Amino acid sequence: MTWGLVLTQVLNGLQLGILLFLLAAGLTLVFGIMNFVNLAHGSLYMMGAYFAAAAFAATGSFFLAAVIAIAATMLLGLAIERLALTPLYSRDHLDQVLATFGLILVFNEIVRYAWGPASIYMNAPEALAGQVALFGLNYPAYRFAIIAVGLAVAAGLYWLINKTRLGMLIRAGASNAEMVSALGVDIRFLNSMVFAIGAGLAGLAGLMAGPIFSVQPGMGEPVLILTLVVIVTGGIGSIRGAFYGALIVGLVDTIGRAFLPVILQALVERSVAQAAGPAIASMLIYLLMAVVLALRPQGLFPVRHG
Amino acid sequence: MADLRSVRAWIPALVLLGLALVPAYATFSGQSFHVTLFSRIMIYALAALALNFVLGFGGLVSFGHALYMGLGAYAVGILSFHGVGNGWLHLFAALAAGGLFATAIGAVVVRTGGMTFIMITLAFAQMGYFLAVSLKHYGGDDGLTIDARSALGVIDLANNTTLYYTILGSLIGALWLFNRILGAGFGFALKGIKSNERRMLALGFPTFRYKLIAYVVSAMVCSLAGFFLANLTKFASPSYMQWSVSGELIVMVVLGGMLTLFGPVIGAAVLLLLEEALQAWKPGLYPPLEALVNQHWQLVIGVFVILVVLFAKRGLYGFIVQHRRP
Repeated sequence: MTWGLVLTQVLNGLQLGILLFLLAAGLTLVFGIMNFVNLAHGSLYMMGAYFAAAAFAATGSFFLAAVIAIAATMLLGLAIERLALTPLYSRDHLDQVLATFGLILVFNEIVRYAWGPASIYMNAPEALAGQVALFGLNYPAYRFAIIAVGLAVAAGLYWLINKTRLGMLIRAGASNAEMVSALGVDIRFLNSMVFAIGAGLAGLAGLMAGPIFSVQPGMGEPVLILTLVVIVTGGIGSIRGAFYGALIVGLVDTIGRAFLPVILQALVERSVAQAAGPAIASMLIYLLMAVVLALRPQGLFPVRHG
Repeated sequence: MADLRSVRAWIPALVLLGLALVPAYATFSGQSFHVTLFSRIMIYALAALALNFVLGFGGLVSFGHALYMGLGAYAVGILSFHGVGNGWLHLFAALAAGGLFATAIGAVVVRTGGMTFIMITLAFAQMGYFLAVSLKHYGGDDGLTIDARSALGVIDLANNTTLYYTILGSLIGALWLFNRILGAGFGFALKGIKSNERRMLALGFPTFRYKLIAYVVSAMVCSLAGFFLANLTKFASPSYMQWSVSGELIVMVVLGGMLTLFGPVIGAAVLLLLEEALQAWKPGLYPPLEALVNQHWQLVIGVFVILVVLFAKRGLYGFIVQHRRP
């Protein structure tokens, strides 16, 4: 176990965390304002990946594919919000969960119909196909770019939420939507904006995930469930919580899977470690979530109500 | 309460009578797959019934009950894998695994409520799924084939018809059990917690304990369903605890009518029969469309689920029962 290997895994963990953050940000903001969780958020991520793969194959330009994928996912998100989700805002959580579950089934089948049941592949752009040298370590440039883009988006969101008028309204909406509405702000419109931003971020995540993971029907749900773990661990409705939660979950999951079996081998018998290592590693983030919930039910970085 | 003129009494009786006649009908018509199909329907009905106990009556929307079906199935699979054929031991292991996991997970989840509860039950079920996948020794992703069905003494589960009636008997037993619990003080306390937990706390009810017990009982009945599922399919697979199965269980509950005891049974039957029908739909009117539906039946189910949520909230059985009541 060398430091180079550890560093590689840390970077992989950061990269997973960044992808999770892009999904968690949109989900948690909509939850903050409308008290609504859209399980079909993972489907937007999947659609983003498919749009990107299709556009890349058609145009040959990764940049163009990125623009098309993000714009198309945003429009799709807006359409879903207007047509299917608006009637659900006033319903209870059970209805919201069930209807968005139905949406997931619909989207998975649409993808299966349009692109077939097998996974499709998407290459990284030419310019990022190589490696970058980092502290004497070679790391794929594309994965490094994901981390850089994700951090830039996080900084941009920080600016949007904390320094702009729209961000002020979003924060106000998250702490008391009814009051903001009574003050004359069109809360529905505000929510649609937030939803569109969230959909765009999901599309971006799907686009960036395309060349790393296989693009296939149902790819959104495992990621969505990880995102839920992020949101619960970080604190529901809090963008800061989503950021730190995503990094923690990404790092713990990746590093646990990489090193726990090795560490266990040092402690217990080889055969036991080989069986138990992967099993415990796969449960690690859920156990983390359970511990956080037991000690701090509101999450690690809850929304501060002033 | 059990007024013989009331629809509440005779619909469940008719459905159960119909279920009891399925093996005879299957023998008569020579279509033995009906026995397997209806065994599966009753197994899911059992699980949906258990879910409804916490979801409909306790207000705890669990999106992770498939986990307990999976645990029950793996209890049978793993014991058989190690050469233990004793069915009573299988049954005990299934219930114990379900009960232990439910107590540990329940102690975390029932403290929360609302959306958080939904999200973490979903997350914990996913944990079980990945745990099963990571058990390479027991088949991992591919699942675990079970050589022989559980040996339950005189009850010969190897015979499909015996298995069928054992499941039916368990379903009736579970209906009786939940009916008793809901009619007793515990059930009233649970319903009270659903409508106003703070008031129940103020009245001196230890609401955490009530919710936890309800959650564990519900989970254990689900493990029983998993025990039967493993016996029916002779297989234990991670896919039994996939998140979508938990979703389907909720659909069954809501489709049947979540404020009724018997609704989930009807919901399970309708959903699974609809799935079967869509996959085999061949009226011969316009073959290309029919082939499309056969292949992409989940699309139809998805739309159906959305429509049920938007327009038929009380569920099928709930609808009938509420309209006929004087």
